[in-house]
Amino acid sequence: MTESELVQSNEAALYAKKAASSTFNRLLRYTAVRLVTLLFTVVIGVYLTILIANMGGYVDEILKGELRQNISISVSLNPAYRDYTVEQRAALIADQIRVEEERLGLNRPFAIRSLTYLWNALRLEFGRAMQMTSDSGSKLVRNIILERLPSTLILFGLSNLVLFFVSVFLALMLSRHYGSFIDKAVVALSPTSAAPPWFYGIFLILIFAAVLKVLPFGGMVSAPPPDNWFEYSLSLMRHMILPASSLMLASLFLSVYNWRTFFLIYSSEDYVEMAKAKGLTSRDIERRYILRPTLPTIVTSFALVLINLWGGAIITETVFNWPGLGRTIFRAIGSYDTPVIVASTIIFAYLLAITVFLLDFIYALVDPRVKVGGN
Amino acid sequence: MKKLQKTLIDIARYPSAVIGLTIIILMMSIGIYAMIAIPYPEAIRLWRGGEAVWYQNPKNAAPAWFNYFTQQKLSETILIASFEEENPVLQKDLAEKEVIPRETGSEITLTYTFEYDYDDFPKDLIFYFRSAYNEKLPFVAVRWYTPDGREIRVTDMSIQRRQTYRFLQDTRLVRRLQGVSPDIALFADPNSETPVPLKGTYKIVIEGIVFEDGADIDAEFVLHGQLHGWAGTDHQRRDLTVALLWGIPIALAFGLVASLGTGIATMTIAAVGVWFGGWVDELIQRITEINLVLPFLSILIMVGTFYSRSIWVILGFTIALSIFTGAIKTYRAIFLQVRESTYIEAARAYGASDARIIFKYLIPRIIPLLIPGLVIGIPGFVFLEAALAFLGLGDPVLPTWGKVINDAQFNGALYNGFYYWIVQPAALLMLTGLAFSMLGFSLDRIFNPRLRGM
Repeated sequence: MTESELVQSNEAALYAKKAASSTFNRLLRYTAVRLVTLLFTVVIGVYLTILIANMGGYVDEILKGELRQNISISVSLNPAYRDYTVEQRAALIADQIRVEEERLGLNRPFAIRSLTYLWNALRLEFGRAMQMTSDSGSKLVRNIILERLPSTLILFGLSNLVLFFVSVFLALMLSRHYGSFIDKAVVALSPTSAAPPWFYGIFLILIFAAVLKVLPFGGMVSAPPPDNWFEYSLSLMRHMILPASSLMLASLFLSVYNWRTFFLIYSSEDYVEMAKAKGLTSRDIERRYILRPTLPTIVTSFALVLINLWGGAIITETVFNWPGLGRTIFRAIGSYDTPVIVASTIIFAYLLAITVFLLDFIYALVDPRVKVGGN
Repeated sequence: MKKLQKTLIDIARYPSAVIGLTIIILMMSIGIYAMIAIPYPEAIRLWRGGEAVWYQNPKNAAPAWFNYFTQQKLSETILIASFEEENPVLQKDLAEKEVIPRETGSEITLTYTFEYDYDDFPKDLIFYFRSAYNEKLPFVAVRWYTPDGREIRVTDMSIQRRQTYRFLQDTRLVRRLQGVSPDIALFADPNSETPVPLKGTYKIVIEGIVFEDGADIDAEFVLHGQLHGWAGTDHQRRDLTVALLWGIPIALAFGLVASLGTGIATMTIAAVGVWFGGWVDELIQRITEINLVLPFLSILIMVGTFYSRSIWVILGFTIALSIFTGAIKTYRAIFLQVRESTYIEAARAYGASDARIIFKYLIPRIIPLLIPGLVIGIPGFVFLEAALAFLGLGDPVLPTWGKVINDAQFNGALYNGFYYWIVQPAALLMLTGLAFSMLGFSLDRIFNPRLRGM
């Protein structure tokens, strides 16, 4: 090795090292900035929700009023206090109200309490619900939510996953046979997705539950729930047919249509024509020339499908009497139960933030053109 | 103008666009007709009215068009009165009234004649008496004459100034009819084993006596049919026609205003952000991200539960929450490209103001993209309103389709077989949604040449 060569290789090593460290720095800086902005977004979003969920403190007044009324009624109806004088009773009521307000934290000003809410929410300490209890009797918000999570996941998770993969694969197939009868049918049927799932749900209930009487009106399992797991899952599946199909019916055609158009736009690119001209099989073209560049979009929408599962679907769950998260949130709003509302929002916000954060890196992994933190 | 003409010709090439547009125009005309025929205060009075407004209607009666599709003709409501209403809402036949004066008072004979050609029995039979007297109560004897000439004594009684006589609740009449409910016994063919109504002309005669000069008797006969009106009735006897007709302008207005408001605001904000750049753009982007975190439907439900269920408040919140969404990012990406165009540079060179550039040069560029989006967005808002009403958060005074579905669901329409109650508003909702999305999808293809032929 000559001297000059040695210098050259040294320089090359130095250069590579420099490049690596600059990539690392860029990555670090980008990650830090991104994390801070996302956290900022989550904090503001959650604080806004806290403000709205309390109507800027107005809900406190409602709760206090309810509290006063309930305690007054229970004291005046309680035979144990029958011999109390009016003053004694008033003192007792005032005392009980004070204790109860302290328990719910209503005695502190709302501005301070909202910040406590925020801080607790950010640390995922949801505390106790104000009114609601889980079916097992727990007042912990965590239990209330965890209890309902499986039923939402099993219905909406399963049907959304199926929906997602079916529509992507169907769309790929249609983009290959574009102009065929099925393709035209899908295009013609895509406007039917103007109606939301709950709406199709009503029709399906009408047809299959009310008129034909073959499937249940709603609920998750038949009552009483079957003892052995086999019959239980059979009953569960029977109850899932209608809600799952209403979800499919409402989104499938539009979803297939959108993906198909998306793939068609990509398959009219010059490099795809080139690949066709080279005589590659359609399988190869699809895999390497169409799916590859569209992967970031597919991954993004898949991630969005996953996080949108959180919270379930308030109205669809109401129509089908499905005991999921959506109805829990609806009930929480109805009973002014701020901790439950805030908990569901913060979890959604965190999931969204984490997904958005991770997607940047996933893009860089699946698409070599993308550089993390690059423009 | 020429451009509009060209667009219309383009639209005519797409059958789904033509269908959609026809439905929309039809709906709009019916909506305008509804607003003229039933003015707003009248609609609210009718919809909020109780028994006093709707006593002539049966409860939960299916719409009259059922008879076009069935062999068995179901009974429809028959109204006959011996007086004329000042404001006739429903068509009534007039009963014959004969007054024979006596020494004091008079004999009043009211004759009610009606054709009954249905294969089913009525839901209810009621007489609403109204009389004028000072001290002595008038007396009436009600007789029922069947087409085959039988006479049935219905009741003999004294009546007060306002008195309601319900055939079905008169136990003495039921006893006289051998325990068979009057709605069946009074109509049944005596020669038939199974109860079948006898078709033909029925006659009810009320022979009344008043014992004072100037005293008078009037009576309105109401036969509640199994079917009623164009759209049927609900559990409060309300004619669903009112809600179905008034639902049109409300749904269209909500959808159009929400979609237009959101679209225009989004577009303007995106343009302003791109044009000024810097912290304005940054702020808009941050707000968009925060808005993505906010639970849209939950917030609307909270507004409805805690604050106000007025449709205008909900509309305002809907628009406010829909402005900073993904669409702003799409528009921003396009504006970023447009900003670099040479014509913008030229405008800047001749000293055009910021506002001029934004509104005259930037925004018009994305209008072709905006219009299909606006039209496609309408059904979403229409269904959103229906969804909120379905959850019980509908406007407290306005009759809307969603509220009808909510009423129906709440009163077990599906369990009880009152399918018309849900199907009619749902069909209208579906029709509206389909019309706008069919038009929107076609417009999308017309305005985005890249999609053409796909």
